Amino acid sequence: MILGQDGVSSGAIYALLALALVLIFSVTRVIFIPQGEFVAFGALTLAMLQAGKVPATVWLLVAMGAIVAVVDGLARLRDRDTEGLGSLFGWNLAYPLALAALLHAVEPGGLPMVLQIALTLAILVPLGPMIYRIAYQPIAETSVLVLLIASVAVHLILTGLGLVFFGAEGARTTPFSEGSLTFGEVSINLQTLWVVGSSLAFIVGLAAFFTRSLYGKALRATAVNPSGAKLMGISPVVAGKLTFLLAALLGVFSGVLIGPITTIYYDTGFLIGLKGFVAAIIGGLASYPLAAAGAVLVGLLESFSSFWASAFREVLVFTLIIPVLLWRSFNSHHVEDEE
Amino acid sequence: MKRIVQLLALFAVLAVVPVLLPPYYVTLLNYIGISALVAVGLVLLTGVGGLTSFGQAAFVGVGAYTTAVLTTSASLPGWIAWAGASPWLALAAGLVITGLIALLLGSLTLKLSGHYLPLGTIAWGISLYFLFGTLDFLGAQSGISGLPPISIAGISLDEGGEIYYLIWAFVLAAVITTHNLLDSREGRAIRALKGGVVMAEAMGVDTSRSRIVIFVIAALHACAAGWLYAHMQRLVNPSPFGLHHGIEYLFMAVVGGAGYVWGAVIGAGLVTLLNQWLQDWLPRLFGHAGNFEIIVFGLLLLLILHRAREGMWPALLRLFRVKAAPKVIVDSAAALPRRTLPARGEVILEVKDVTRRFGGLVANKDMNFSMKAGEILALIGPNGAGKSTMFNQISGVDTPTSGEIVFAGQVVTGRDSREIARLGMSRSFQHVRLLPKMSVLENVAIGTHLRGSGGVFPSAWRMERPEEERLLAEAARQIRRVGLEAHMHDEAGSLALGQQLIIEIARALAADPSLLLLDEPAAGLRFKEKEALAELLRKLKAEGVAILLVEHDMDFVMGLVDRIVVMEFGQKIAEGLPEEIQQDERVLAAYLGGVE
Repeated sequence: MILGQDGVSSGAIYALLALALVLIFSVTRVIFIPQGEFVAFGALTLAMLQAGKVPATVWLLVAMGAIVAVVDGLARLRDRDTEGLGSLFGWNLAYPLALAALLHAVEPGGLPMVLQIALTLAILVPLGPMIYRIAYQPIAETSVLVLLIASVAVHLILTGLGLVFFGAEGARTTPFSEGSLTFGEVSINLQTLWVVGSSLAFIVGLAAFFTRSLYGKALRATAVNPSGAKLMGISPVVAGKLTFLLAALLGVFSGVLIGPITTIYYDTGFLIGLKGFVAAIIGGLASYPLAAAGAVLVGLLESFSSFWASAFREVLVFTLIIPVLLWRSFNSHHVEDEE
Repeated sequence: MKRIVQLLALFAVLAVVPVLLPPYYVTLLNYIGISALVAVGLVLLTGVGGLTSFGQAAFVGVGAYTTAVLTTSASLPGWIAWAGASPWLALAAGLVITGLIALLLGSLTLKLSGHYLPLGTIAWGISLYFLFGTLDFLGAQSGISGLPPISIAGISLDEGGEIYYLIWAFVLAAVITTHNLLDSREGRAIRALKGGVVMAEAMGVDTSRSRIVIFVIAALHACAAGWLYAHMQRLVNPSPFGLHHGIEYLFMAVVGGAGYVWGAVIGAGLVTLLNQWLQDWLPRLFGHAGNFEIIVFGLLLLLILHRAREGMWPALLRLFRVKAAPKVIVDSAAALPRRTLPARGEVILEVKDVTRRFGGLVANKDMNFSMKAGEILALIGPNGAGKSTMFNQISGVDTPTSGEIVFAGQVVTGRDSREIARLGMSRSFQHVRLLPKMSVLENVAIGTHLRGSGGVFPSAWRMERPEEERLLAEAARQIRRVGLEAHMHDEAGSLALGQQLIIEIARALAADPSLLLLDEPAAGLRFKEKEALAELLRKLKAEGVAILLVEHDMDFVMGLVDRIVVMEFGQKIAEGLPEEIQQDERVLAAYLGGVE
């Protein structure tokens, strides 16, 4: 039963990551390997806040904001388009600096947890669109392979930065609520409930976003037919940035959720992200519900195999893909050209 | 000739390097060579074939561990004990094992379309890596040590400067054979994998086989690299065979230029040197506190990708204005044997009650017609009448929901298009399906695929050259026949659309068909070009070839064809001689709207 709980809660995290990966891939064709880094950054930034320190990630935000401001600012000046300069500098220069000043002004360790989480999100989530702007937008038209290699480069940079920011020590954050609920024989950890509950809320929220809001519909249109969407006036740049914003939100939030359950190191993100991948593959990188189901399956398999055959845990999880791929290959046998 | 001189110069440079450079650089060159060997395989697999693999490091590991176990273990079971006698026997055993694993993994994962594949390779790449670290007979995390050095003719290669020669001999052999392979009949099939699968299948290429072939070749290269690595280090442990290294090999191929064989060597050199220099210099600048080299490395990679998307090698080629020499066409090469065409008037194609539904839409309903050898039949009808669907079913690209198609005396319903191609049917595509970066000559040569038989190994070692000459000569003959000899060596993508349609015809003709299917061949042609095309088709008809034509240009059709089948809303509404069709009221109504 405890194993089942562990499995479901890590499954819920993998589901969020899988959703983010599916989203990014279908809109921008980027296989976003650094997704796991957002998880690690989220958990570790929150841990630093709780320890009463100003998280170093805020300086990353300032630096990347400055790069975006310079690059885009120069491009705007060249085109003599001064209209958007205000919001460009506002979001990429003023906002990060204000946030840094705020963090120095308050004593983050003493804040209520809700505010600490809000600060973590405020620092990290804007990094998503900035990464898209700097790393992917200039090569948005190239092949999936080149985009993939760019992803790996971003992953390396972020892992290296993670070591600089957080050191080699792992950290664990305080749980949202201590204790557990008991139903007769069965006791359920409260943190597990938090994880599952908020993941579900997130998934429902996303579904609403995609079916109800204009931006959500625009993203879906881009995913189905990029050139058609472009002709309808949906800018691929805006779509890309929005997707990365959502993915960053999902990743950082997963990090906040997982922080109290396991110790996170600066490089933990990679394996967590990969398991999100496994889930996404089960969903065929296209279907959200299947990806979520796959994630729970991966989580359960992982926690049970860590109990029965811990040495082979990773082997089992990653070999799980093969039968799924097999099943898929038997179900698709028409010839098609790619790209 | 020039190429041979260049190669000899390269040999000479490589030969004197270990004498001139300090041992540190020789060691570095050894690492570069081993990585380049893996990256050459990836160029073939990923750059040319379009199949991305993150798992190559695992194959390197299989090669390294096989030789480590075989050459150090004292208690081998009897059936394999022979392989422990020498590293060379262990290499052979490793290649066999790797080949089998690659066949198994390939048959499981290669059917998947592009995006699943890289993820699938991550899966087995990680699984194999964790197995290396957990299995006891592989030494678990501490690995296996005490491997013997490789020896050649009694000389044992236990110094870095000695194994250097062996490593670079392997690299050069890999580069040259890969180059040769790509420039051959099999190579054209491999190059069609990226973006030309439907076309290649219609020309008789077994694309699933080509995929497996390059997958196994890439794995064998990796295995050989692992063998060299193990005997250079004299010990193995799991860490160099993890996913990160698999990714690094892919880096090398992409940075060097994923579609170019020499790009693999350049990329391996660049990435290895960059890594090494950053590791040497950055700690001096920033201290040892952080892992700064990985950050700078990532940034530099991004910069390279942004500045040279295609990689360094093509950028260098452009910088020095190097252009590939046009292929030599040997006109004196003996002509290829021709197919014996069926006797004029014999029924060659029969379409019986063919119906094709797409969900609720009935694209073809109860279609019936037949064709005789030496006849030109036109299939006409308004847009959306189902002509292209009919075409795709006849050529095996699509399968009828019900009904039967008989070609050359055999029921071909539901068969693969390449089997139908083998029976003598060849087609052009309405939406041009050429490989735009390949020359016109090579595009047309894909059509000759079924008329040659040179396999992978003979191609890699240039033992199929006489046949290759004949294939290219045949392709050139067909290009002259359709009047495009001026563009023989141009990139196919650089030609006008009308000319590209003509290349499609030349490619179909290169297959020596008994039935030729042409989908709107006259679209985009000028008057003179249309006349020339009509002339060509009449000549083919005189030879006894049957031609089925979809066309909108009525002047072109009426003056040329023997019979016409008219379709509307998926059904046949009329069939007959051109003069009859011109008078047919239902046809007039379909084209001009009903007369009230």
